Amino acid sequence: MKYALYKLSTFLMTILLVSLIIFTVFQVLPGNPAQIILGMDADTQQIAQLEKELGLDKSIGERYTSWLSGFLMGDLGDSLKYQQPVLDVLKDRIPVTFSIAIYSILLTICIGIPLGIYIARTDGRWISVFLSMFTQLGIAVPSFWFAFVLILVFGVTFQLFPTFGYVPWSESFIGALRSYFLPSLALAISNIAVVIRYLRNTILDQAKMDYVRTARCKGLREKTIMYGHILRNALMPVLTIMGLIVADTLGGSIIIENVFALPGLGNLLIQSITSRDFPLVQSMVLYIAILVILVNFIVDLLYKLIDPRVRLKG
Amino acid sequence: MKMITIKRLFIMLFVLLFIVGCSSPTASKDTQGKTNHSEQNQEKSSNEGGVVRIAMSTEIDNLDPYLSAATDTGSMMDNVFDGLLDTDENGKLVPAIAEKYAISDDGRTYTFYLKEGVMFHDGSELTADDVVYSYAKLGGLNGGEPLSSRFEIVEKVEAKSPLEVVVTLKEVDSAFLARNIVAIVPKDYEEQSSKPIGAGPFKFEEYKVGQELRLSKNENYYDKENTPKIDEVQFKIMPDPESSILAMQAGEIDILPGISKQGLDQLGDTVHSISGPQNMVQLMAMNNSVKPFDDVRVRQAINLAINKDVIIDTVADGMGTKLGTNMSPAMQFYYEPGLEDRYEQNIEKAKELLDEAGLASGFTMELTVPSDYQFHVDTAQVIADQLSQINIQTEIKQIEFSSWLENVYNNAQYETTIIGFTGKLDPYEVLVRYVSDYGKNFMKFQDERYDELIKEAVRETDETKKAALYKKAQTILTDEAAALFIMDPDRTTAMRNGVNGLKLFPIQKFNLEDVTVTK
Amino acid sequence: MKKHNIFKSIPLIIGVSFVTVLTIMMLVSLFYTPYSPNAMDPSDRLAQPSFTHLFGTDNFGRDIFSRVMQGSQTAFLIGFSAVSIGLFFGFLIGACAGYFGGWIDELSMRIIDAMMALPGILFAIMLISVFETGIRNTIIALGIMSIPSFARIVRSGFIQVKQFDFVKASIAKGAGSFRIIFQHILPNVTSPILVAVTLSFSGSVLAEAGLSYLGLGVQPPDPSWGRMLKEAQPFMSTAPWYVILTGLFITFMVLGFNLLSDGIRDLQDKKS
Repeated sequence: MKYALYKLSTFLMTILLVSLIIFTVFQVLPGNPAQIILGMDADTQQIAQLEKELGLDKSIGERYTSWLSGFLMGDLGDSLKYQQPVLDVLKDRIPVTFSIAIYSILLTICIGIPLGIYIARTDGRWISVFLSMFTQLGIAVPSFWFAFVLILVFGVTFQLFPTFGYVPWSESFIGALRSYFLPSLALAISNIAVVIRYLRNTILDQAKMDYVRTARCKGLREKTIMYGHILRNALMPVLTIMGLIVADTLGGSIIIENVFALPGLGNLLIQSITSRDFPLVQSMVLYIAILVILVNFIVDLLYKLIDPRVRLKG
Repeated sequence: MKMITIKRLFIMLFVLLFIVGCSSPTASKDTQGKTNHSEQNQEKSSNEGGVVRIAMSTEIDNLDPYLSAATDTGSMMDNVFDGLLDTDENGKLVPAIAEKYAISDDGRTYTFYLKEGVMFHDGSELTADDVVYSYAKLGGLNGGEPLSSRFEIVEKVEAKSPLEVVVTLKEVDSAFLARNIVAIVPKDYEEQSSKPIGAGPFKFEEYKVGQELRLSKNENYYDKENTPKIDEVQFKIMPDPESSILAMQAGEIDILPGISKQGLDQLGDTVHSISGPQNMVQLMAMNNSVKPFDDVRVRQAINLAINKDVIIDTVADGMGTKLGTNMSPAMQFYYEPGLEDRYEQNIEKAKELLDEAGLASGFTMELTVPSDYQFHVDTAQVIADQLSQINIQTEIKQIEFSSWLENVYNNAQYETTIIGFTGKLDPYEVLVRYVSDYGKNFMKFQDERYDELIKEAVRETDETKKAALYKKAQTILTDEAAALFIMDPDRTTAMRNGVNGLKLFPIQKFNLEDVTVTK
Repeated sequence: MKKHNIFKSIPLIIGVSFVTVLTIMMLVSLFYTPYSPNAMDPSDRLAQPSFTHLFGTDNFGRDIFSRVMQGSQTAFLIGFSAVSIGLFFGFLIGACAGYFGGWIDELSMRIIDAMMALPGILFAIMLISVFETGIRNTIIALGIMSIPSFARIVRSGFIQVKQFDFVKASIAKGAGSFRIIFQHILPNVTSPILVAVTLSFSGSVLAEAGLSYLGLGVQPPDPSWGRMLKEAQPFMSTAPWYVILTGLFITFMVLGFNLLSDGIRDLQDKKS
């Protein structure tokens, strides 16, 4: 309980710090949102009018406190560019990014874990070396480059999957599954490699442990040892990198959504930075940060739950 | 036990992939789902109906025509709104909502006679009152702020009868007529930003932010001859040009404007294209108020050091028109020919000029380029390469377009920069950028003769005399080497085979009412 | 058992050879490239690989092989500088946090947590938007990006080693903090740091490619692999060698350093 409370307080502290960092960064950016909204051929009148409407004249401190208190109350203010509440703008975007994020994490788990186990089991054989090298490639290839190759092969040559856009889940389940597949795979590839390597290493570490030797002496079958004992312990550390994977997936979506013309958070983020849509971009970055911190928080608690040995400051 | 579950998962995954990959090919063509029913319509007759999907690289800035300033948005929404006048392929003004017009002898009073039976999309009739409301809103005649400085010149606007509007200007302005292509909106309708209503050939259906804009055929379009042939238009927002080419290759896009030569090669004979000058002026602006660019000899030396043909060949694959002043030959009537060859590449002469200016050993200049435009970034690289021949070292500095607008466009904090000015119908809008007291003269060009010529041209009502004045002004820009005018890059639009009818205009515009689709 | 070791060392061998080849290429490019990397030849654009142009030419008629060579300088510069920044500040923060503990630890870990909560690329994008693009700012952004992982590794290393008896003993003997850190703790945390160094080196190279794709990386005309890859993209079907070769070099470098880090870890496991 005490542990949970401590973690909760650090959780809140971190969020506060993140909000401060985010706010400061976006205050120093050059650029006038009103002009950017209206473009090069806009009239001075149009710009002045818009500036007044957007309330860009208040002081920095005032804006930070009102933004943060607004955020806590669930009122994120209005997007400068879209001129509607930030929440409304995000409402359409969140499902897209979450779909590819969850899809990609599922792909990571479904492909990464079995392959990781396989590579660990065949450790020391050619096939294992070969596969490890292959997974290394997954990390080494730039994601957008890989995405283009995927589009070229599966979208254009074989026409198996659409090359851009998406089908909402509500419209067609299979259709959605298809349309999200390529971006999710492009996003998952490096995480798959990370999980495989991590799992392989932890399995091999566990295999050297005393309890495995004991189990072997007791005459348990190799399979029982592997799946009954080793895997349970080896998967625990994999859980801890979940936070990292979530952060990676959300970060990677910024680039991948651009390649696949998906109107998700990542795509919106780049656009709102270029258009200096501060209310929108601040809330979005803070959302992403909170999500990552939350995942880490949950992982911490879960870890504690599963493994009571984790001490307060472990 | 666990092993089996994992294996099962594995197998399930691959089965799933297989199903997903192989399911009906018809569905693979529609990412948006909604195209399904329209595709069926398409089959019922060969030339009527159908859906056209167009890739657009930028998002819509505002659906309200009076609050939007982005060129791309204008070209999309132009299909929803009609103005009193319209333009044809040659930039000539043609009647639209107004059947005809008359200009008083003193050049200050314009009378427009509206066509009968023009309907807005909501079914209400378009009358003189709507025109008065629209123009009053633009010019700030209702006590509000004017929404466009171009309409501040309007003194009053009155409805003489339901089909007759009289516009009176504060003073003579020969550039005013071309501004009447502006959208006419229904009186007192306040929801243009969310559900725009106009009188154009297409009705607004739906806008999904960042995804698509859907327009449908206006069955009751007043111009019966130009009633659209297609049922629906979908503008797909696709920021990555490479992705849109791939999408077109996969058959998910019908029209791709602004495609590169490479893209066209990649698509091969599955598409056909139209291509031509787009009335744009791409230039390297030099800040005339900072050293050493305040010296005309330096500016001329730079002009002499550059081989524009090489830039056109390398950056635009030869698809561009060389420019010598701030006007594209697309503006036939106003363009002064011959200026484009004033500065032939001549390294020796350029060096001499630099020598005279006391800069024989060269200098380092900063070239600021908006990073969002690969075309300008590429141009910058070629210019940097060519300028090194006269010992000018170029430091290319890429900045986001938003910072560019702030630092360069608004505050003129730069040495040199590359940008493209998009086309306008009237030469005044094109050339006013160099008038000394013009707010956005970020070139900081100052020349009394030039200012005087432009002022005179605006007051001139005789077309031929007006053109002569503008031509003279263009010559000054070239003589003074106000900037390095580069080219008018061709705009190429690719169309899937079976899609026909698109034309090129001197302003960015889609004549979708003429487009036909066959399978 | 012997056979086992050969397999173990394959990644290390490959990693070392990739990194060596690339280092040699980088060193050679300091003195010699077949063509000037920025010299344009408008009459010979997008030429296929041949004996005159080993990797062909790009859309400006520049020799791709020379640019790839020159680009390796950029890659090493970015990787090396970003890692140095990350290592320096990461070490400082991690060492203070781990060694002193208490509120210093608490505060620095919160800051690190806050930085880690923002996905790396997003953090870099934010920083670059503020500082404007350019190689120096790319390096700073990527350097800051790699601070947290160094700080964490160093901190946990310090906490672990501090509990060793011989360290406790020298603290009890009244040895100065400085001496304890450099004589006792540092030698014990070098190998995890070395692993992190190689990993963050390749991470920086990869991140630069991503930033360049978004147009936020190194400025033209100086070649960087990331920007070359972006510039090659439109010519994917007309000049596929451009995009493939450039992509391969990024992959080689990242792969090389990753394998190197794997190898170091394996060696370290064997020792312990």
